[in-house]
Amino acid sequence: MRDRDDEWTGLMREALAGDDAAYHRLLKAVTPVLRAAARRGLARAGQPVDQSEDIVQDILLAVHLKRHTWDVQAPFAPWLFAIARNKLIDALRRRGRRIFVNIDDFAETIPDKTGAETVSASEVATHLQSLPTRQREVLQAIAVDSTSIKDTAAKFAMSEGAVRVALHRGLSALTARLRDH
Amino acid sequence: MDTDQLIRTLAADNAHRARPVGVVLALALLAAAPVSLALFFAILGVRPDVASAMKDPFFDLKFVVTLALAISAIVVSLHLSRPEALLRGWSLLLLIPVGILAAGIGSEMMLPQRLPMLTRLIGHNAKICLSSIPLISLPLLAAALVALRHGAPARPAIAGAIAGLLSSGLAATLYAAHCTDDSPLFVATWYTLAAALVTAIGALLGNKVLQY
Repeated sequence: MRDRDDEWTGLMREALAGDDAAYHRLLKAVTPVLRAAARRGLARAGQPVDQSEDIVQDILLAVHLKRHTWDVQAPFAPWLFAIARNKLIDALRRRGRRIFVNIDDFAETIPDKTGAETVSASEVATHLQSLPTRQREVLQAIAVDSTSIKDTAAKFAMSEGAVRVALHRGLSALTARLRDH
Repeated sequence: MDTDQLIRTLAADNAHRARPVGVVLALALLAAAPVSLALFFAILGVRPDVASAMKDPFFDLKFVVTLALAISAIVVSLHLSRPEALLRGWSLLLLIPVGILAAGIGSEMMLPQRLPMLTRLIGHNAKICLSSIPLISLPLLAAALVALRHGAPARPAIAGAIAGLLSSGLAATLYAAHCTDDSPLFVATWYTLAAALVTAIGALLGNKVLQY
């Protein structure tokens, strides 16, 4: 667990220093752990575990948009699990269940290998449809068609800066819609 | 959108850098300060005898207490803006203004006084104090909540309450320049009630708006 935590901390430092690939690897690495914890939380609350992917995506969005609150001198895992716990409790509360979620549930979670790599979640996809056209198009190009920022800019005749702005605003708007609905 | 696609999208947005919460808090408070100052000068203004009042240590003590409250609440609120942060020992910081005020009450007790204790405590401005500190603090409270929304507080109500303390500390600093009641007993009673009101408002609002 210590090795894993150190690896995550290192990846996050590289990510904040501008290494997009390290950031991608970090998010890929934490996702199975988040998925397993979300499934366990849902199971305990007597909820169908197939909703776990919505919670995982909700956590990932929060991690992304709040990563400036991580102290680069501190280990990454406690920060990550604090966000994950907050989002899990919030998700269970929304489903009408109050449940105590222990922070250790995350720290001791063994990654869920059974989760297919392409699990689809409904909530992000639903709210994506309600975004302003430009933001939705940019998000879809990058997410679904895995187009680069540069090619997305060419495709929609936008500057790369405008693509980046639309991308970030789109992600922020998605998160706001997830929170408020 | 499946999770792999979402991760790819987040990684593409890695270049975006958000400002630290401390910077946002400073900017938000600086933006709100003129509004609170305008309110202060419109409804209260500085007391006319301010030049001679400044020679009275009990007049000066009011500013030490209110600024100590504002500064310690700023420090605690920045701490609480992180998702893994707990209040724990940090709440002791908030005892600093309480300690200064208690020392002020103690020293006043030791000095000969012209007026009886209860008269000093009740003073002349209790109603104005109770209404104007909360009013002046509202723009600052809004600013502090906006800044904390930029963070990720684990306990929205508590973070909102600290935002209330922060804004009432700053508002009380302005109010202290108007008020002619300088007894620490007056401060301990009416300033505290006013700050408690703003803190309660902050907790209620925080609970609604600080959930990230």
